Amino acid sequence: MLEKLQNSRNALGLIFMLPAAVLLLLFLTYPLGLGVWLGFTDAKVGRPGEWIGIENYVFLATDSVTQLALFNTLFYTTIASVAKFFLGLWLALLLNKNIRFKSFFRAVILLPYIVPTALSAIAFWWLFDAQFSIISWVLVKMGVIDKYIDFLGSPWNARFSVIAANVWRGVPFVAITLLAGLQTISPSYYEASAIDGATPWQQFRHVTLPLLTPIIAVVMTFSVLFTFTDFQLIYVITRGGPLNATHLMATLSFQRAISGGALGEGAAISIAMVPFLLAAIMFSYFGLQRRAWQQGGADK
Amino acid sequence: MSQDKSTDTVGMSFLDSTPRKLVRVYLPLCLFLFVLLFPFYWMGITAFKPNNELLSRDGNPFWIVAPTLAHVKKLLFDTAYPQWMWNTVLVSVVSTFFSLAASVLAAYAIERLRFSGARHVGLAIFLAYLVPPSILFIPLASVVFQLGLFDTRLALILTYPTFLIPFCTWLLMGYFRSIPFELEECALIDGATRWQILVKIVLPLAVPGLISAGIFAFTLSWNEFIYALTFVSSSEIKTLPVGVVTELVEGDVYHWGSLMAGALFGSLPVAFIYSFFVEYYVSGMTGSVKE
Repeated sequence: MLEKLQNSRNALGLIFMLPAAVLLLLFLTYPLGLGVWLGFTDAKVGRPGEWIGIENYVFLATDSVTQLALFNTLFYTTIASVAKFFLGLWLALLLNKNIRFKSFFRAVILLPYIVPTALSAIAFWWLFDAQFSIISWVLVKMGVIDKYIDFLGSPWNARFSVIAANVWRGVPFVAITLLAGLQTISPSYYEASAIDGATPWQQFRHVTLPLLTPIIAVVMTFSVLFTFTDFQLIYVITRGGPLNATHLMATLSFQRAISGGALGEGAAISIAMVPFLLAAIMFSYFGLQRRAWQQGGADK
Repeated sequence: MSQDKSTDTVGMSFLDSTPRKLVRVYLPLCLFLFVLLFPFYWMGITAFKPNNELLSRDGNPFWIVAPTLAHVKKLLFDTAYPQWMWNTVLVSVVSTFFSLAASVLAAYAIERLRFSGARHVGLAIFLAYLVPPSILFIPLASVVFQLGLFDTRLALILTYPTFLIPFCTWLLMGYFRSIPFELEECALIDGATRWQILVKIVLPLAVPGLISAGIFAFTLSWNEFIYALTFVSSSEIKTLPVGVVTELVEGDVYHWGSLMAGALFGSLPVAFIYSFFVEYYVSGMTGSVKE
């Protein structure tokens, strides 16, 4: 019996999968389904909800704060992702050059990514302080401005301030993963194109970029996914203020469900994020994958 | 992706003259470095600066005239900071350990046992990795409440694997794939059981992968915020990031010195571990987005 079990792939596979499967089914799949259900109920903290159909969604669609949060989330994701992509690609190209102390640079640059985001967000909160910001201090001393900037006090200042913090945290990830992609490109391509008289820009455009496209697709999919669902930075730096100008879908759902106790409504906000996430994944993944395939890359 | 494959474009670098390279490579690189590291410098300098220097606009803010340990002392003796640190260590170590054990078994089953449906399970694991915690935390809070785990460390230990297991399994699947089949076939012919093969052949060969997954999982659980914020409310159960954010901010007077000291000492352990395992960490990070 034991002998037979040890040689049966299916039985043994099932046993090996068991711990992971039980945990994931109980704490991931079930809550995911429960979230969809909660979105259709009027559940409150400590009170199971009644089925109310799409009432939550109808309310949210007309709720001005939710509309603003959706706009903020899209704005935040777009600007931050584009900035992270260009800065990250630039940093990766710089690190891929034949430079001194390369491994030191690479190691140190990842620091913003590995330390707890909530804690580095506190540092940004202090950097953006209305009265004691060091950024304002330097700019005043340099004579660029004559009054301290109210980084977190006005809607647009606050939006760009939290975007800056998000970009700061995300650039290392994009740069290091793209660097790993750059290192797999054989130098002979560059030698061959240089002999054919290609300028550095042409080399970048016609050698580096096409060969890097598949990894760019994956990195940016991840980046968009995690920027769209960002919570920590906003919660720590602005709590959604001023005047809800920096509320993202995730922080709004926390505010409504946990602080406000309206579990059903909060769950509906979370679930409303899913279609946007799927669209973002489809767009960046399949859009860029197709280009890789057209250029003769392997079909994954 | 092998990191040690050093394929720089050395062959072409003679075209760059030194002054030109200085301006086009080292200058932007140093700017990047400055911006990326400045918040840490600022954290460190604020943590040891006395209040009168912090709140004055005169003098040089980039330096400390009279360094003080008052903020650190306040943090260690007047708050539950040491307790938060201990909670974070406990939760991170236990959940990393369990996730790693479950992931090794799952990855081996998917990649090597190839039970029927293994491919679909592998895909499901990848999709699970893409589920963001900020979508999951509301229903998960309700599950935690139903199980009577609210406000316990166990709630965190049991929920952290929801993002650790998919990540570790996905990473380890890649490592197991690189181990030649022939080794296992030889062992099977010699009469080894699957369990013996896993423990005596596959695991020793996958040690770098295990370290990568372990380090990465530990950092992810150390940095976790939203679950710890939602599932725990008593001060003595809080993890470090949550404790610092929710309890050190009192009213309108911000104690910037102790806040920054709290942020600094909460970041140092992960930075310290990271400094020893940079290569493993990078290979874990790049490996996770590969495929």
